[in-house]
Amino acid sequence: MADANRRKFLTRLTVGASAAILAGCDKISQSAGGQDFLKRGSDLAYKVQRLFAGRDALAPEYAKSDIAPVFRPNGTLNPDSDDYNAHVKSGFRDWRIKVSGLVEHPFELSLAQLRAMPSRTQITRHDCVEGWSCIGEWTGVPLRNILARAKPKENARYVLFHCADDMSSDKNTVQLYYETLDLVETFHPQTILAYDLNGKPLPVANGAPVRLRAERQLGYKMAKYVNGIELVESFANIRGGNGGYWEDQGYTWWAGI
Amino acid sequence: MAFLSSAADDAPEKRLVYRHTLWVRIAHWVNAGVLLIMLMSGLQIFNAHPALYWGATSHFDSPLLSMTAIRMPDGRIEGITWIGRAHFDTTGVLGASEIFGQVTPRGFPAWATLPSWQSLAVGRQWHFFFAWIFVLNGLAFAAYAFLSRHFNRDLLPKTADIRNLGKDILDHLRLRFPKGKEALHYNVLQKLAYFSVIYIVAPLIVLTGLTMSPTMDAAIPQLLFVFGGRQTARTTHFLCAFAFVGFFIIHIVMVVLSGPLNNLRAIITGRTAIEPEAENG
Repeated sequence: MADANRRKFLTRLTVGASAAILAGCDKISQSAGGQDFLKRGSDLAYKVQRLFAGRDALAPEYAKSDIAPVFRPNGTLNPDSDDYNAHVKSGFRDWRIKVSGLVEHPFELSLAQLRAMPSRTQITRHDCVEGWSCIGEWTGVPLRNILARAKPKENARYVLFHCADDMSSDKNTVQLYYETLDLVETFHPQTILAYDLNGKPLPVANGAPVRLRAERQLGYKMAKYVNGIELVESFANIRGGNGGYWEDQGYTWWAGI
Repeated sequence: MAFLSSAADDAPEKRLVYRHTLWVRIAHWVNAGVLLIMLMSGLQIFNAHPALYWGATSHFDSPLLSMTAIRMPDGRIEGITWIGRAHFDTTGVLGASEIFGQVTPRGFPAWATLPSWQSLAVGRQWHFFFAWIFVLNGLAFAAYAFLSRHFNRDLLPKTADIRNLGKDILDHLRLRFPKGKEALHYNVLQKLAYFSVIYIVAPLIVLTGLTMSPTMDAAIPQLLFVFGGRQTARTTHFLCAFAFVGFFIIHIVMVVLSGPLNNLRAIITGRTAIEPEAENG
């Protein structure tokens, strides 16, 4: 009898404690402090992965036969603003990529000028934060070449990508997509401003006319519809302060894992 | 712990023996908590794309397993789980389950995920924080087990153990558990179970987890070769998680069947009560 009582007591204790712990975990998940604490796991991953993966360690490249018949688009499928639609209509003839911020020589690039620069073509695997993967062939200009022309100043630490797609679901506010990379990732040989997918101009769903490819990162780092590259010292005072649209929604800035 | 050792455990023939060292007990409980968080935050992450594939990439038309939701003509939402081409109505648990009283499309149900509501971002934060503790605890345990000879003495199945396999399986099926000094070391099924989860499933789940990281794939491309591509690694990671669940269920059933209070005392205080062997009694 005593045994049965103890057993019942222990069972209740276990079930009760588990429920309390899980409720506590939900509370931590809701608090900003809790999330900041948990994000230290990802900060540590950033530091350790930087040690593990050398500056130029390449993401695996695949064969032509591995290319997916349709490259799965995600996020914004069409910015669909009046301005963007006009660009689509004109074949992006007037699209400009403004290189600005902490650089010696700010300049603007048209699509034709971008296409005239030395390019890199790579067949790589795109890994979405959701868990799926898709292989495509990207052609574009290595960012290191563009930045070499702009000459970043000494205090430049991050590259901020400005995009044309508005993420806001509310018609009265504008929340343009943006992203940041550190200089190691920006100067990586496979980090390109891509304008072709599988040998054809980028489709609208995949970021026409220009998107970022940072092949050692998850998909949300690879900004689409890019119209500006700005070098900054810190992103703490930009928008939500977390270095990207999804980062401001709680995703970690380091997307190497 | 007085209340645990009173009454039934006080029969005169029984004696208390020191069984689990402090380090084993700490590693056990740290791991118990961490694994629960890893499993539930892992199911949260899985829910962001509740489908599994084989190979380098996702063949969206032919997943190995997927959890989907469909809206019936009468407006009800049904959860359908596909395994290959076979499908099952799993409404309420997989594919679609109740949140705030409403059936909603969702891979695993709210009670199984951390946080309970849909949030890939927060699920990832939990997963990647506690992954560090899982790995550090595992490495500390492995180093301790090796240096203290716990590994060689208690966990590694020996030839003599394998010879006992048939008898041991029969004993388990008859729910006849070792008594006396036989209860002081692990039997062969225990050794196989503990050895596999600690030295096979745990390293495998960590390595397949790392294989999903695009930066790790650049740092160590061999990972992709060894595990057969990122999506195969993801599927293996999922299977390892459920190997842990399977182990946990059997572990708990065995704990309950072979004297739950004594077992609980042993893994908390380190001391276990030994009954005299039948032939000696």
